[in-house]
This record gives sequence, C-alpha cells and structure tokens, in this order.
Amino acid sequence: MNSHVTIALAGNPNSGKTTIFNELTGARQHVGNYPGVTVERKEGFRTYGEIRFTIVDLPGTYSLTAYSEEELAARNYIISEKPDVIVDVLDSSNLERNLYLAVQLIELKVPLVLVFNMSDMAKARGYAYDIEKLSLLLGCPIVETVGHKGKGMKDLLDTITKMAEKSKCEKTSDGEYSSTLPVFLKARSREYRLRRHEIAYGKEIEEEITRISSLLGNNGLAAGAYDSRWLALKLLENDEQLRALVSSSTVDEQVDQSISKIEKVLGETPETYIAGRRYGFISGACLETVRSTIEIRHTISDKIDFVVTHRFLGLPVFLGLMYLTFHLTFTLGNPPMTWIEDFFGWLGGVIGGWWPAESSSLLKSLLIDGIIGGVGGVIVFLPNILLLFLAIAILEDSGYMARAAFIMDRMMHKIGLHGKSFIPMLIGFGCSVPAIMATRTLESRRDRIATIMIIPLMSCGARLPIYALIIPAFFPQMWHAPMLFGIYIIGILLAVIIAKLLRSTVLKGESIPFVMELPPYRLPVLKGVLIHVWERGRLYLKKAGTIILGISIVMWAMTAFPGLPAGEAARFEMMRQEITIGNMTDEKKARRLASIENKEAEAALRTSIAGRIGHGLEPVLKPMGFDWKIGTALIGAFAAKEVFVAQMGIMYSVGDADKESETLREKLRSAYTPLVGFCIMLFCLISAPCMATIAITMRESNSWRWALFQLGGLTLLAFVLTMLVFQAGSLIGLGTQ
Amino acid sequence: MPLTIVKQGKRVRLVSVEAGRDLKSRLAAMGLIPGAEIDVLRNANHGPFIISVLGSRIMLGRGMAMKIMVA
Repeated sequence: MNSHVTIALAGNPNSGKTTIFNELTGARQHVGNYPGVTVERKEGFRTYGEIRFTIVDLPGTYSLTAYSEEELAARNYIISEKPDVIVDVLDSSNLERNLYLAVQLIELKVPLVLVFNMSDMAKARGYAYDIEKLSLLLGCPIVETVGHKGKGMKDLLDTITKMAEKSKCEKTSDGEYSSTLPVFLKARSREYRLRRHEIAYGKEIEEEITRISSLLGNNGLAAGAYDSRWLALKLLENDEQLRALVSSSTVDEQVDQSISKIEKVLGETPETYIAGRRYGFISGACLETVRSTIEIRHTISDKIDFVVTHRFLGLPVFLGLMYLTFHLTFTLGNPPMTWIEDFFGWLGGVIGGWWPAESSSLLKSLLIDGIIGGVGGVIVFLPNILLLFLAIAILEDSGYMARAAFIMDRMMHKIGLHGKSFIPMLIGFGCSVPAIMATRTLESRRDRIATIMIIPLMSCGARLPIYALIIPAFFPQMWHAPMLFGIYIIGILLAVIIAKLLRSTVLKGESIPFVMELPPYRLPVLKGVLIHVWERGRLYLKKAGTIILGISIVMWAMTAFPGLPAGEAARFEMMRQEITIGNMTDEKKARRLASIENKEAEAALRTSIAGRIGHGLEPVLKPMGFDWKIGTALIGAFAAKEVFVAQMGIMYSVGDADKESETLREKLRSAYTPLVGFCIMLFCLISAPCMATIAITMRESNSWRWALFQLGGLTLLAFVLTMLVFQAGSLIGLGTQ
Repeated sequence: MPLTIVKQGKRVRLVSVEAGRDLKSRLAAMGLIPGAEIDVLRNANHGPFIISVLGSRIMLGRGMAMKIMVA
C-alpha cells in the first residue's frame, strides 16, 4: 500500500467542514496560500494505520461554477492537483442544498466520499435517511458523522483509505482519474448503473452535450484534464474560465450555437435550466431516501434572530456585545499580564546581576534595555491578544457575524456599501491582513476597494498593546473600558466617513445587490476555537521572536550609538568629581549625582542616531504634542504596530538612570499629559498601516497606487486630526499636567 | 411581482430572476431557482430581507429582492 494519501475537504460554507478538519488533524495544521491567488489554504496531517494523510481544507463553496476566487481556488485544486480522495462535507440537516455541490463533484467523476455531518442535529430535527439507498443513487460512499463530538471519524478514515486504494489503482500513469466507482457498487443492479452519477438533463441539453463533447474528443483536450461530459456541461453553463481554457474556435462556435438554441427552445438560459435539473435530481433522490417527520430546523435560531435582528433591538444588542468583548479583553487579561510583567522584571534583575551595579557594559544594556525591554514589552500583551481573538472566533463560529452584517446593512448602505462589507471590517479588529483577504467575498470591485481602504481603521490586535500601555498610564480605572471602546468607535466612525467619501468620488457607482446565508446558530466547538486562538497566539509570539526582536535590536543600537562625544563625557565626569570631593552631606551628594547621571543619559540619547532622527522630525511632531522619543517609536511602528510599545520601553530604560524603580507606565505618566497619551492612541489608530497591510493591499487590489493611497492618505489624516485634537485640547487647558 | 412587495410571513414561489448570469447562478447554487418555495421571514420595508429557501436562511439586499420575481 502506498503510504501517502492526499485528501481534499470540500463543502458548503457552514457545513461543519472546519470542525471535521480539526477533528481529523488536531493542531497539526499549516496555513498557506493557494498558488496564484491569495485564498488561504489550510493543510493538516494525520497518520492512520500505516497511512500518512495530508488533508487540504478547501474554501467553502456552494457550487463548482467558479464565481468568486474561493470557488475558483477550490475547483482548480481538485482539477489540477488531483488529490487522491475528495471528501465533501454536507450539513445533513439541510441536505438538498448541500447536495448541489455533491452532485457537481459526482459529475466531475472524482474519487468522492460524502460526509453527512451533524447527523445528530438532523435526527433531532426529524430526518431519517436510507443511507445505503442514497449511496447507490449517488454512486459514492456516505459516512455519517457528528463533527464536534468526533463521532464517525474512524469510519470516515476507513472509507477514505478504501477509496484511496481504489483511486490509486485506477489513476493512469499520467495521474488522471478514471471511473472510480467503488467495487461494491459495481456489482449492483443494471438499473442502478444506468442512473449513477449521470443526471439526465433532458433531450435538448443532452443533444448539445453530445455535440460539444464529440468536438472536445477530437480536440484531445477533454482526454486531458477534464471529463468530457462534465466539461461540455460547464461550457454550456457558459463558464468563463473553462471557455477561455478551451482555446478552439470550432468548440467556441459550437458552444455559442448550442447556448442560443437552448435559450430559444427552452426559454431559459442553459445554466438556470441545468441548475433546475440538478435540483430536480436531488429532490427525486431525497424523495426516495429521506423521510422528514417535522420541519423544526431553525426554530431556536429563528427565535434568537427575532431579537438579534430586530429593528430596534438589533443595534443595541450588537453594540452591547462589542462592548462586552473589549471589556473582557481588558479585565480578564489584566492578571496574567501582571504575571508576565513580573516575570520579565525578575529576568531583567537576574541578568543584570551578572554585571556589577555600576557597569555600563554594552552587552548588559543590549540584553536588558534592548531585548527584554523591547520583546518582553510586546509579549506582555499576549493575554489581551488571545482574548480578543477568542472573542472574534466565538462571534464567527456561533453564526452571529452574519447577523451583524444584517444589522449593519442599512447603515452600510448610507455609506455606499452593504452589510457584507461589515464582516471583513469586524475581522479587522483582529488583524487587517486576514480582513483584507476576507473582502474577496464581495462581488463588486468598487465595494471591495472601498472596504480594503477603510479596514486599517478597524483597530487591529497589534494596536491593542499601545492602548493597553497608554490607557492605564493616564486614565483612572473606571475609564479604561469606555476609553478603549471609544477608540474603536472613533476608528469605525472615520471608516464610515472615508468610505462615504470614496464611494461618492473615486469609487462612484451603483452598489451591487447582495445575498448571503444566515447560518443557524451553533454553540462554538471548543476545540476549533482553541485551535484558532492557539494559532493566532503562536503567530504573535513568532512575530515577537523574529521581526520585533530584530527591530528592537536595531532600535536599541540606534539609541545606544554613537554615544556622547568625548568632550561631553569628560564634562559630566568633571561635574561628578566636583560633587564627590565637595562639602555636602552624603544624602545631598547622592541626589546631585543621580541628577547628573540622568542629564548625562538624556544627553547621550539626544546625540544618538534615534535622537537625531527624532529631532529632525520635531517640526512635524510638535504640533501633535509629540516629542522626538515618541517620533522614533512611531517610525518603528510602521514595521509592526507593537514595536511602538517596544521602542518606548527601550527609550525610557536607556535614557533613565534609576531603572528598576519605575514601570514604563509610571515613566510615561511623569513625562506626558493625558492629552498627549490620547493623541498617541489617536495617531496610532489612524496612521500608516503596517508594512504587511500595505503589502496585502497591493496584492489584493492589484495596484500599488491604492496601496500608496492608503498609506499616504491615512498618515496625512492621522497628522491633521491628531494636530487638531492636540491644539484644541491645549486651548481649553487639557494640555497641563 | 417582485419579492419586495411580499409581506413578512408569506410564502411564495419563485418565477424568475431578472439579473445577470453571475448573480443568477449564484442564487441558483443557493437554491433560488424557478419553482423554489420562498418564505419571507423578515421584510421591514427598508433594509435587507431574510428569506427561507430549501431549509436555509438567506439574507438578501433590497436591490437583490427587487430582481426576484415571485408568484
């Protein structure tokens, strides 16, 4: 037996595909991209018996008719990478709709296993299936599972193994699929064999299929990548990608002729008619094999929806949930944050102990000020990040996200977008990069670009550490959650205004009608949520250990070098000596000495590279109330927003003589006013999105102009707004300490 | 008649979709084909619709609902 098998998981959105994927692979996952497109591709691994499985989680799709990039990615993967087995996960409590995709996979004649997932739910809803008969009608094995309980996994793996053996035997030398009907089915009745996976489309369509596929046969193309009947059908459905692929003018002419003929005879476009026949076949098959006693699907869901999507209640419920999210992020995150803070404090002490107290060793400074101050300062916020992603995962998995789109639709319409755009925006609270990728579900390019442009204003998880540093430093306890919530609201409001501006100027045009499914509410599966949160946490730590570590070291070097010029250093030394030999009490001497140390450190920082850059920027920084220290930290923040925190940590430990006595927050409190604190948050919220965001915008919008526009526009906006707030605030006397 | 004028709580049958083929096929994949039974679950005279078709809940923008002819 060949010991390596590749499986592709296909299925409708919300069919529980990801749960099955998680059950099969555990945390052994890997997220990458499909070649050529930026659709996320998740791969997982599993060893079962002697076989090593590679499991690819395809994007959720309703059909194989490639209308969005997701569908195209799923289809191309199946067709060109030829996995050994395709597993189609179906929500068995909503079988007819889910079978639409299955039927197309059956027509594609790939080695297929159907998974009737959520079978417990289906039973509870009064459905009873004749699985064996259905399996005969459809011509492929069916496995019943309950994904979130891990039921049926062994059965599924066994069936996949059998199917894989079969498919490997039958794959021809060049890796093509041939008919892969399982042996046990081949023995069945003749009647069955006539019916198996050949939906009869009626005389008119069948004639055209024959006509086209005979041309394809001659062409030699059908023998290659596709089953010729399937390909002919897809061409009749006017599938643009495939029509472009079949670059033969004879075929093209025939397809055009066939389509217009069918339209004339049947009075419908072929694709509508074909879809109707497919559903006809499905409901026929279900009529024979599915018994439904009661229609109770969705009853609880509908009750929840009554409140959650209510005209007046909907918005308050939504805002309440958002507020709760941010409140919990802060309050629950606080204790573990203190532990991590204490740990790094202790670590700094231990490492500092390797050198004598008076030592000005560069290595000591690098380790304590650069690495612990920088990386440690970022890792401290891991609990907040985990909690935020936990909340987003729960909102997503429970099905609430789609309701948020419903509630926001009216508001989104006012700004020229629709509810669907709101989901990527919500994901943006986690990270702009997946959020921008999520805009792919939007059909219109104008909508998509407008949404991409405003996503950076959805304050992402990397900006959370900045707020978590600043808010407690300047504001009393009871203000913490409202303040954080307020920052997010400011971001949303700005996004709204900018979207409106864009949609009425450069991105003018009518909004495309939208349609999306509201999945039934489900209790989030703990395992899935944990895997998701773990994955995000791992990425955060990885970022801290690589990019942020690197930048921290660079930043540290920029603050430590070139050091004071010799003359200056000698001047401070002389002042010190004067005091030591002077006629003063010991206490007074110590105070004077400390003050000189502070001045010296401050002077050294001023002459350092970072200091010089910061000073150069001062004309721009001053109007916003920022000094050169904040300025250099903001430059670092362009690489990754968390760096701001790291950099402030470095600046304030390098430039501070009595280190261990104060936390960074205390130092900030004594250096700046609350108004400046607020301005820092405001600027970080709006200004230049991080490099990763700019890169993904460039890729997704396919234009560096939009990326530059995003970068420049947002930074300018940040400057103007922060300046206005600072100046206005100073005017009414908020600027004083 | 267009779906927009159907009152909340009524059941209707889809006659045709007056839209481009992209949208048509997308709707077809979700079960919205001629002959399909549609329950209008939410129609608040403004804002999006919620309908039930083939046992799933689907949200439609008003513009979309305008293009769906029912009887």
